[in-house]
Amino acid sequence: MSDPVLSVRDLRVEFHTRRGVLKAIDGVSFDIGKGEVLGVVGESGAGKSVTGSAVIGLIDPPGRIAGGEILLSGQRVDNLPPEEMRKVRGKRIGMIFQDPLTSLNPLYKISEQLIETITTHTDLSPTQARRRAVDLLAEVGIPAPEKRIDSYPHEFSGGMRQRVVIALALCAEPELIIADEPTTALDVSVQAQIITLLKRLGREHGTAIMLVTHDMGVIAETADRVAVMYAGRIAEIGPVHDVVQNPLHPYAEGLMGAIPTLAGEDARLVQIPGSMPRLNRIPPGCAFNPRCGYRFGRCTVDRPDPLPWRGHRVACHLYDAASGPHFLGEGKTLAAAKKPEEAA
Amino acid sequence: MIAYILRSLAQGALVLLAVAFIAFSMFRFVGDPVANMVGQEATLQDRQELRERLGLERPFPVQFAIFVGNAVQGDFGVSYRQARPVSALMVERLPATLELAILSALFATVIGVGFGVYAAIRRDGFLANVVMTVSLVGVSLPTFLIGIGLIYVFAVELRWLPSFGRGETVRIGWWTTGLLTESGLKSLVLPVLTLGFFQLTLIMRLVRSEMLEVMRADFIRFARARGIPERTIEFRHALRNTLIPVVTIAGLQLGSIIAFAIVTETVFQWPGLGSLFVQAVQFADVPVMAAYLVFVAFVFVVVNLLVDLTYVLLDPRLRGGKALAK
Repeated sequence: MSDPVLSVRDLRVEFHTRRGVLKAIDGVSFDIGKGEVLGVVGESGAGKSVTGSAVIGLIDPPGRIAGGEILLSGQRVDNLPPEEMRKVRGKRIGMIFQDPLTSLNPLYKISEQLIETITTHTDLSPTQARRRAVDLLAEVGIPAPEKRIDSYPHEFSGGMRQRVVIALALCAEPELIIADEPTTALDVSVQAQIITLLKRLGREHGTAIMLVTHDMGVIAETADRVAVMYAGRIAEIGPVHDVVQNPLHPYAEGLMGAIPTLAGEDARLVQIPGSMPRLNRIPPGCAFNPRCGYRFGRCTVDRPDPLPWRGHRVACHLYDAASGPHFLGEGKTLAAAKKPEEAA
Repeated sequence: MIAYILRSLAQGALVLLAVAFIAFSMFRFVGDPVANMVGQEATLQDRQELRERLGLERPFPVQFAIFVGNAVQGDFGVSYRQARPVSALMVERLPATLELAILSALFATVIGVGFGVYAAIRRDGFLANVVMTVSLVGVSLPTFLIGIGLIYVFAVELRWLPSFGRGETVRIGWWTTGLLTESGLKSLVLPVLTLGFFQLTLIMRLVRSEMLEVMRADFIRFARARGIPERTIEFRHALRNTLIPVVTIAGLQLGSIIAFAIVTETVFQWPGLGSLFVQAVQFADVPVMAAYLVFVAFVFVVVNLLVDLTYVLLDPRLRGGKALAK
């Protein structure tokens, strides 16, 4: 079997602050294959964006990678010297940020920014680079690219600017694109266009995409697999339709219950009580235990590790045979784990 | 674009008119011009004749209109004390002040921007911290103290440089320059350092803080994510964005360097406009004071106009009509 495009192994990211060490990412592992879209969801502060920044080597100080490995097509990239890592960025890993209005330098024409990126990573001459830039703009759906290429960023709408940003990320045909909330700042109608574009580009170029968002709708629409993050760890990772329809982890169940749907008589959205703990107040045992309706004794003591379970991996003691009577054997769903008084 | 320039010009003209009004009012409130011009033994009739000859009997608005009309043609009347046309006195002094001011501004801007960028890039470096500490001295010490200190060290103790005057000058047309003789150049060093030092530290601190701000911007992060080399990010992407606010302050500073070189000119007995003004104040020489006031306003208006035009050059968002409305 060929190597996955991106393989993250037991990644740990720490922020050293005056109040002590904060573990923003605590033992995260996942793979993304060629042409695959992995959605990463979670509440703000769950570590989604930090994971993306760690992969591309742009964690802001005082944060640093404290352990684990990041492999890009089988090659370690987390320990590269800065200059080598710079050459990976933009060439082998492209990144798209949340706000297209602020991602582009307002003082340079988009042609200058595109050509700059292309000539940094390839041997093309400026003339050839310009031709490639026009092709890229056409590919991301900018109308009349030969004319528009000499415009300044402020002369484009938000959606068009995000297309330019995507073109910039594609300059050197990267193996992996990290899209950090690429649609959050856009109108709903434009969001769908950008998502469609990303999906098409991933399919046509075989690019692996790591799609970071808190929008479950976007994930359900786009991703092949989804990783649900909570307090710096992966709670559950599995095929997107499975996770959306039959979430295994109680937190994933809560998240899916909070997606509004048009159909269904029960119009009330289910909330998860409480809020995610701050990084310096993560409770012992399972980080989710204070908010969990299925909690039992082991949850407040033992930290659950992600274990394989029916094609998913899930970090919950309910799916660990060692949990004794609480173990949900083959064929039982979360509902069976409800405490008797609540189920009644 | 043209509308933008025209509007800036109109605003400038309005400012000049307002300043001219204040300058003109001085004639009425700072002593009686006739008493200043005639001797003590002049009769009442002599005074009345002079009054009529000077047009002082006419209504105030008419007098003001005549003053503005003359001023536009560069005629600010005759100095009470030296009995020579004010414009001739000013033209004589102008080269000394302009040479001093422009060299100071160049010195302050080039070194200030350079050190500012350095201090921003090497934020925690030893040399950057030294530069920042020294700049604090520059911001807080008064100009005359720096001047006197420099004179003490380089003129009195070391005897390397002259402590006063312009040295030998060369006349080119109506312009006199100290840039072509050795003594002229030597004489420039201390006044230029003195006048430029405060501006230098100000620009440097401003460039540093603006640059640090810009380096946190999203487009810098995105440029890093595109794999652009760090040098290119600093000098191509960050510096140009930094310069927009810096140009405003540096521009206004250039105005005040030219206009308020008074202290430095006094300390070094520099034969420029500043010392002319100080003498005029001592002798209540109102025409010279009024002309100087209008001149200062004119310098500020011109510099502001240049600053506005520089914005357009630096920031494409200001080109084309619609963005200007903001």
